[in-house]
Amino acid sequence: MATTGLTGSRGFWQSRRFRDAMVAYAFILPWVIGFILFVGGPIVASFVLSFFRWKMIAPPRFYGLTHYISMVTTDELFRTSIWVTFKFVLISVPIGQVLALGLALLLNQRVLLLGFWRSAFYLPAVVSGVAGSVIWVWMYHVELGIVNNGLALMGLEGRNWLFDRELVLGSLIVKSLWNIGIPMVIYLAALQGLPQQLYEAADIDGAGEGSKFLSITLPMLSPAIFFNVVMGIIAAVQTFAEPYVMTGGGPDNATLFLGLHLYQNAFHYLKMGYASAMAWIMFLLIFGLTVFQFGLAGRWVYYEGGTR
Amino acid sequence: MVAGNETVSTAEGLGGRTLSRPSRLRTLLLGNRFQAGMVRMLLVYALLFFAAFLFLLPFYWMVNTALKPSNQVFTLPPTWIPKPAMWSNFLTAFTIQYETDPPVYNYALNTVIISVNGVIATIFSSALVAYAFARLEFPGKNVIFLGILSTLMIPFAVVMVPQFIIWRYLNWLDTLWPLMIPHWFGSAWNIFLLRQFFMTIPSEYDEAAYLDGASRWHIFIRIILPLSKPALAAVAVFAFVFFWNDFLGPLIILSTPENFTLTLFLANFNVAYRGTPWHLYMAAALIIILPCLILFFFSQNAFLKGITVTDLKG
Repeated sequence: MATTGLTGSRGFWQSRRFRDAMVAYAFILPWVIGFILFVGGPIVASFVLSFFRWKMIAPPRFYGLTHYISMVTTDELFRTSIWVTFKFVLISVPIGQVLALGLALLLNQRVLLLGFWRSAFYLPAVVSGVAGSVIWVWMYHVELGIVNNGLALMGLEGRNWLFDRELVLGSLIVKSLWNIGIPMVIYLAALQGLPQQLYEAADIDGAGEGSKFLSITLPMLSPAIFFNVVMGIIAAVQTFAEPYVMTGGGPDNATLFLGLHLYQNAFHYLKMGYASAMAWIMFLLIFGLTVFQFGLAGRWVYYEGGTR
Repeated sequence: MVAGNETVSTAEGLGGRTLSRPSRLRTLLLGNRFQAGMVRMLLVYALLFFAAFLFLLPFYWMVNTALKPSNQVFTLPPTWIPKPAMWSNFLTAFTIQYETDPPVYNYALNTVIISVNGVIATIFSSALVAYAFARLEFPGKNVIFLGILSTLMIPFAVVMVPQFIIWRYLNWLDTLWPLMIPHWFGSAWNIFLLRQFFMTIPSEYDEAAYLDGASRWHIFIRIILPLSKPALAAVAVFAFVFFWNDFLGPLIILSTPENFTLTLFLANFNVAYRGTPWHLYMAAALIIILPCLILFFFSQNAFLKGITVTDLKG
């Protein structure tokens, strides 16, 4: 028994399978190290830190659940930031996806100059972040911005887009719609990959445009829609550069996004423990929304072949 | 629409030659199931024009302002075409220096260092990891791969506080190292993208080499990487745009202007120059986005392939 076990294992140690596995682990080693140092480790550290009060000067002091409790009881700004982020996600993601799909449908009509139109819609996606925000601050400028001057040409009255607490979140949502290039290109590729036989069959059955869209195009696109919605939500929850550059969270905290609130607590007030607790809430928010999406996916996402 | 189709099909039934004039016009305007009608195409182009107008408007407004002479920036109503066009604004914006701050090309140099390092690091490390998942068998493969994908859900904000503490402990805050080193360990999205691409390469190529005694490493460097140039190009352009535009990372790490990147410079422009010289601000913004715009125009295919190479059907 012992001998066979020994030879058996020696055979295993020298087998191609074992050597391949070792080589494979060597190949993925960079990711494993990076994960431990920069992702997994910090996540655990964040969690531990969230139970401590630590302002970087004195040593950390155990704080129990105080941070999590004060989020709900005393820190009104935290509630504001959750609400601002939620509103932004709930409005900008669906509108953005409808717009991206609409543009992709237009581009899929065998139009001339496809490259030109596609570039026009995609281009803003390479200018995201600070530069894009700076351009939009200038667009929204009360007296000198093109938005108000354009409205004036049409005889309409301009508004103070970034300094009116009723309007400002809407202004940031409009800016976010400018950056829908990536989902649009994904929809376009998905549309171009749709099997034509389905449409031909529908034509023979005398189906109209509307019913073809609802019963062929949308179901066949559902994996792309699912993917774009999940990625869109993950990105939208983390929105940071736009409020930081365009509004600083104001006016009256109307654009105090969760990311901005977290950043200010960590790096302006050096509340590392509290910021960690907030980071965990942000993670749970994204995790919850993603799991929710995957849960819903079974009901509406159609996978060809139907294995999933 | 339905009536039109019926007319056409009856006409076709009669041999096509007897197609009556009104229904031919009708087909031209409304189309049939073989060709789009003119009404529909007019609507499509009208919508395209309108949407392209809106999407390009911010670029127009930026360029228009960037070219204005300083005395036209604050005139009302605004001039829609700058006359004369001040091309020297770009030079001014690029050489402008506020008090003791370093000149703009210093920020540009830092950004170039971070971006070039980021591109090389991302390509190399992500390809390495992706190769293992595309070609090799090992225990725990699927679990680890799912683990990699699930890190896509983890916001940078969640890990930034502990990372900041690590860099502080190492005394590397306010240096470029924290913005360069972490990218040598593979990025989840690019690992996924490259794995999808590597799997489309016929495995006969590397099996043949393997039987000839080539090592996995050799196969990876000599066979897989050269065959994957389009995918690597896609990863490279995306990584470049990401690092070039990155803001939150540099914001928390860098504190002295000598080490700032272009995005930090742009975000602080307003604060540094009271009574914002908008023409220079826009000129600076344009210079800063220019590399990404140029990259986009010269590598459109890589961009579009990069986005769509991933098979979304599961």
